Amino acid sequence: MKSPPRRARAPRRRAELPPQWDLRLYVAGQTARSAIALQNLKRICETHLKGKYRIEVVDVMKNPRLAQGDQILALPTLVRKLPEPMKKIIGDLSNEERVLIGLDLREARSRR
Amino acid sequence: MPRTDLSKRATGRRTRSLAPLPKAPSGIRGLDELTGGGLPRGRPTLVCGGPGCGKTLFAMEFLVRGALEHGENGVFMAFEETAEELAANVASLGFDLPTLEARKKLSIDYVRVERSEIEETGEYDLEGLFVRLDYAVKRVGAKRVVLDTIESLFSGLPNPAILRAELRRLFRWLKDRGLTVVVTGEKGEGALTRQGLEEYVSDCVIFLDHRVVEQVSTRRLRIVKYRGTLHGTNEYPFLIDEDGFSILPLSSLGLTHQAPTRRLSSGIPRLDEMLGGKGYYEGSSVLVSGTAGTGKTSMAALLAASACARGKRCLYFAFEESVDQLARNMRSIGIDLRPWLDQGLLRVVASRPTIQGLERHLVAMHREVTAFRPAVGVVDPITNLIDVGTNAEAQSMLTRLMDFLKVQGITTFFTSLTQGGVALEQTEMGISSLIDTWLVLAVVRSGGERNRTLTIVKSRGMAHSNQVVEFGLTRRGVELMDTYLGPSGVLTGSARLAKEAEDQAVMEGYEDDLALRRQERTRREKRAVAQLTGMKEELAADLVEIDRGINDVARQRERLVEERKAMARSRQAFSGTRARGQGDQP
Repeated sequence: MKSPPRRARAPRRRAELPPQWDLRLYVAGQTARSAIALQNLKRICETHLKGKYRIEVVDVMKNPRLAQGDQILALPTLVRKLPEPMKKIIGDLSNEERVLIGLDLREARSRR
Repeated sequence: MPRTDLSKRATGRRTRSLAPLPKAPSGIRGLDELTGGGLPRGRPTLVCGGPGCGKTLFAMEFLVRGALEHGENGVFMAFEETAEELAANVASLGFDLPTLEARKKLSIDYVRVERSEIEETGEYDLEGLFVRLDYAVKRVGAKRVVLDTIESLFSGLPNPAILRAELRRLFRWLKDRGLTVVVTGEKGEGALTRQGLEEYVSDCVIFLDHRVVEQVSTRRLRIVKYRGTLHGTNEYPFLIDEDGFSILPLSSLGLTHQAPTRRLSSGIPRLDEMLGGKGYYEGSSVLVSGTAGTGKTSMAALLAASACARGKRCLYFAFEESVDQLARNMRSIGIDLRPWLDQGLLRVVASRPTIQGLERHLVAMHREVTAFRPAVGVVDPITNLIDVGTNAEAQSMLTRLMDFLKVQGITTFFTSLTQGGVALEQTEMGISSLIDTWLVLAVVRSGGERNRTLTIVKSRGMAHSNQVVEFGLTRRGVELMDTYLGPSGVLTGSARLAKEAEDQAVMEGYEDDLALRRQERTRREKRAVAQLTGMKEELAADLVEIDRGINDVARQRERLVEERKAMARSRQAFSGTRARGQGDQP
């Protein structure tokens, strides 16, 4: 079983500003659903948060204690650590509309 | 339950396949007796009830007792309270959760589900819950798991279909690991739980209830189902106190107590006499019932004092009087309880019945009995307990109390107040069938007096008097006196005294007559004897006289014969008349 990449960062902004969006994706093992969720997340971030985000993938199978810390129950769960307040989005992120609402990105985009 | 035990004993050896369900002792007082050993091992048990019914405490005690007393560590998955809150809540029961956690006997995981923070964006499962549970179970090597209250997931997670599927998987998962699980659930409308958890937990369902009847709160427990086990189906009162959960009955449900043949004096010699000459059986239950002011408490105090005087310990539950009041009142009829109180042989526990619910009373009594270890127990009066619960509740509580005391071999004395208008030989509590010796005190009103009478209605296992006796409270104590049956019924008090006087007069009359007649006999005898003596003397005198006459005649005749002979000798030839005629003048 291949472990998913622990961190996938937006490569170009790496040395510059700290990312305003700190996202953590909790998954359980390398399942199809995990892969879909990560894929969806990357796509949404590239579309809406290009250069401003950082994604951390946590496999709770390997780090069960982390699941406790962030109160993870459903999998996959996306946790928006930054900006605050913390937000939780569950599911494989295939409903983009709801992901954007969950991340408060609808508002952010309309403000621009 | 004894029936299960019996069947276990009967079939256990020969047919292993019929061995009863393996059980995990819950450690909750009373529950293991009720279920014949505890909760089904390796299976989930649903504990449901309304808010504040004690579900969480039940679950927590199950875990803590399991860890401390049965060597089975546990995981507590809390969905409603944080670990800190839980620890604070059960600290009052003496459960030290932080220490247990530190010693790796217990693992508490608080699962917070906040609907407002969660956005659903596609397919998911609850693997996170499984992972956390698995982690916690492995960390402490748990054998027991509590899910409290897993239903809150329904309000926290948007998709009930997924949740239901996952719950099914969860229970399968728990069973596969052989974990003994307690799942709590909130009572729903017309259903055991709001989300139908009973659908997943089919082995054992326990329902807890907390209700207030006539301002008195009672907690109750009912085993709704328990697969493969005979179980009590009644509602059993339980309570939560500083020692945790206790479910009553506290003692066995079977009639297995010993029946001692030793006797215990009632403190009233005459009553002992009426009870086969020796008094009550030790370890039996005695009921004295009667209307107000018939002397029930006095009889109780007499028994207590008499037992103490024999060096036995006596525990007195007083529901009407304080210790001081009792001692003072009893002194007025010559019973001094003070020395026994001072020596610690007598302990009076005085409390208002309404101060707490029935089951709390029962547990309080249980605790007192266990601590004091009395030989004699008095409950005065049991009727006041009805004020607390309903008749049926009070009856069931008393049954259990009696049962408990009997198993302990404690002679118990209950007093029962009969309300006016109710047939005397009927206890309101309907407990007479549980009683071994039943005395009825009644009041007879006649001739402007109220007098007390005592009757033994029954006394199992001994020949007892059928007499109605008068029961008097005097400064010297209780006195029992014979009664008389008059034309208008039993005579007591002054009427009895009058009757006694009347009897006395009749008796005296007979005695006088007897004496007179005896005198007359003597007199007559004497007179006759005197007469006889007189006659005998007269006869003797007559006889002497007659004998003298006889002798004279006989002598004369003799003389004549002699003379004739002499004449004949002198005349020789003369014979006959001549010789006789001449012979007269020699």
